[in-house]
Amino acid sequence: MSDVKVRLVNVVKEFPSQEKSGQTRAVDGISFDIYDGEFFAMLGPSGCGKTTTLRMIAGFEQPTSGEIILDGVPMQGVPAFQRPVNTVFQDYVLFPHMTVLQNVMFGLQMAKVPQAEARRRAQDALDLVRLPKVAERKPRELSGGQQQRVALARALVNRPSVLLLDEPLGALDLKLRREMQVELKAMQTELGITFVYVTHDQEEALTMADRIAVMAGGHVLQIGTPSAIYETPNSRFVADFIGETNFLEAQLVRRQGAEGIVALDDDTQVRVALPERGISDDQLVTLAIRPERLVIQPYNSAPPLPDGWEEVVGHVGQVQYIGTDMRYYVRIGGHHVRVRAQNATAATAHLIREREVVRLRWQRDNARLLIQ
Amino acid sequence: MALWLRGLVRGRGYALLSVPAVVWLVLFFIAPVIIVLGISFMSRGTGGLPVLPLTLDNYSRTFNVFGGVIGQSVRFALITTIVCLLLGYPMAYFIKTRRTRWAKGVALFLVVLPFWTNLLIRTYAWRFLLAREGLINSLLLELRLIDAPIQILNTEFAVILGLVYGMLPFMVLPIYASMERFDFRYIEAAQDLGAGAWAAFWRVLLPMTLPGVIAGCVLVFVPSIGSYVTPDLLGGNRGLMIATLLASQLTGSGNMPQGAAISMVLLAMIVVPLAVYVWTGRKEGQRG
Ligand SMILES: Nc1ncnc2c1ncn2[C@@H]1O[C@H](COP(=O)(O)OP(=O)(O)OP(=O)(O)O)[C@@H](O)[C@H]1O
Ligand SMILES: [Mg+2]
Repeated sequence: MSDVKVRLVNVVKEFPSQEKSGQTRAVDGISFDIYDGEFFAMLGPSGCGKTTTLRMIAGFEQPTSGEIILDGVPMQGVPAFQRPVNTVFQDYVLFPHMTVLQNVMFGLQMAKVPQAEARRRAQDALDLVRLPKVAERKPRELSGGQQQRVALARALVNRPSVLLLDEPLGALDLKLRREMQVELKAMQTELGITFVYVTHDQEEALTMADRIAVMAGGHVLQIGTPSAIYETPNSRFVADFIGETNFLEAQLVRRQGAEGIVALDDDTQVRVALPERGISDDQLVTLAIRPERLVIQPYNSAPPLPDGWEEVVGHVGQVQYIGTDMRYYVRIGGHHVRVRAQNATAATAHLIREREVVRLRWQRDNARLLIQ
Repeated sequence: MALWLRGLVRGRGYALLSVPAVVWLVLFFIAPVIIVLGISFMSRGTGGLPVLPLTLDNYSRTFNVFGGVIGQSVRFALITTIVCLLLGYPMAYFIKTRRTRWAKGVALFLVVLPFWTNLLIRTYAWRFLLAREGLINSLLLELRLIDAPIQILNTEFAVILGLVYGMLPFMVLPIYASMERFDFRYIEAAQDLGAGAWAAFWRVLLPMTLPGVIAGCVLVFVPSIGSYVTPDLLGGNRGLMIATLLASQLTGSGNMPQGAAISMVLLAMIVVPLAVYVWTGRKEGQRG
């Protein structure tokens, strides 16, 4: 995990925009390092520049400015076919006029691997993706999931230094996607190849990646392990995009060391850790709490508030029963707060009813203060 | 004809729809061919008209006496096809890679522009350009690149030039059509797997646009081998091709059975490439 495989330094990509002679910035100055053997996910909404970044690493697009370094070698001016990377395209782009085996052998033939060895390695790659019996078929005679595996085999057979994957599971149905997520991750761990994995599916990124770069509008907002991104999002966007988050507008009332007292819009005051970045008095801030970190209690029969916990009072709006969980919509001041509680026993499901007054509690370090 | 054959091949439930076409073809195509075939085995009577007895002499003469002209026709048609392919493929690629619809439209328009004028007129125009006192010679003289006018008109070169000029659109358009369907991301995929420009062309672009190439070659070869006006006007006696030969056999006091035999040979030479075309088209159809 120490060697840097891919380094992006201040990479900018501008495209001529459709209207007039202006430029649109698809990628707006991003920098990060990807380490050897890492499963690195780039996550972000549609149009945030994920594909463009990947295409610049692959060599299909040239950065307008900035630098891309692969294995310590600057890639400026190195054409795609000479880069030690391979790509799994979103819709596979398998060669329709070649058989599956010919598709998989293509890269080896380009590398002048002797025919017999190429054939053997291609067959091994097909075994690896658990497709031993389709070698002589044409791609169009395969299902979507099978085509996806062929695309993977075609890339992996070349033993690339880095494998780029652009939403490789996007075209598959949910069940197949889950299966492939597990397989891909297992394969990556086994082969030890660095994966750069583009997705707009946060669950996919969270479950598979060693580290995630959250992107929006051509910028990288945050890079970190899945748990770091989930537990300590650095912005409202990240908190909202990864998982579900309640945002409560608040105002800083006073500081107490590393903590502050903030007032919610119903005037309840709660204590919360202050962010590292400076925060000025009376600044408008946002209190962010995940729905599953809130504990809901009936107003009258709640146990006493434990140490290190905070509490607000609200009115229950809707109650939804969703099998594994209960979901409550609780009104606090002008906000509707979502609460998720596990149905540990059948009885908990009906403990709290609509229009009831409740106490919402959370452990202090489960709430985060975000600067607006 | 190719369409009709393809229709039958793919037909299945649509056989009934082809009945009018079949009737039409039997009346105006199959029947005349059979009649010509019959005449080709007859002897020459007065005024070149066919009479009995039946004979194979016409065919032996076709190969022994006129074999040279037929060989020359095949050669001209092949050279024309190859030159058209070598010029037409890059042209189609050029059109396909234009960014805007506008640029593509203009380029395509330029390709078909010559069709707006009659072939005869265009060929006469070439005569003016290529003649001893023509535009090209005067220009070369003026630039002092040559001392005396060179012979361009009435050479093989002039014939090939004229044929290529006339046939090029038939090569460019089908290749362009299959290139338009080609997704350039296949090139990216090839590059990603380590293919340089050459390998990407041979292994991916060319195979995937092959249907257009075959169609273009057939569409150029078939009319070229039977062409009449161009070799006659631009080649003179150096441009003797089958059609010129046919004209001399079938007009005046020629030899109609001999002409019939020559046209049967010509027909055979056209049917073979067409069969290739239909066959590959069928394969394509099965795949698609
Ligand atoms: N070739 C191009 N020409 C002009 N603009 C482009 C080009 N490619 C991408 N863009 C623009 O750049 C921006 C980023 O595109 P990109 O494809 O990288 O997004 P993405 O994050 O991959 O989105 P998605 O999740 O939808 O695939 C978009 O606004 C897009 O319109
Ligand atoms: Mg994309």
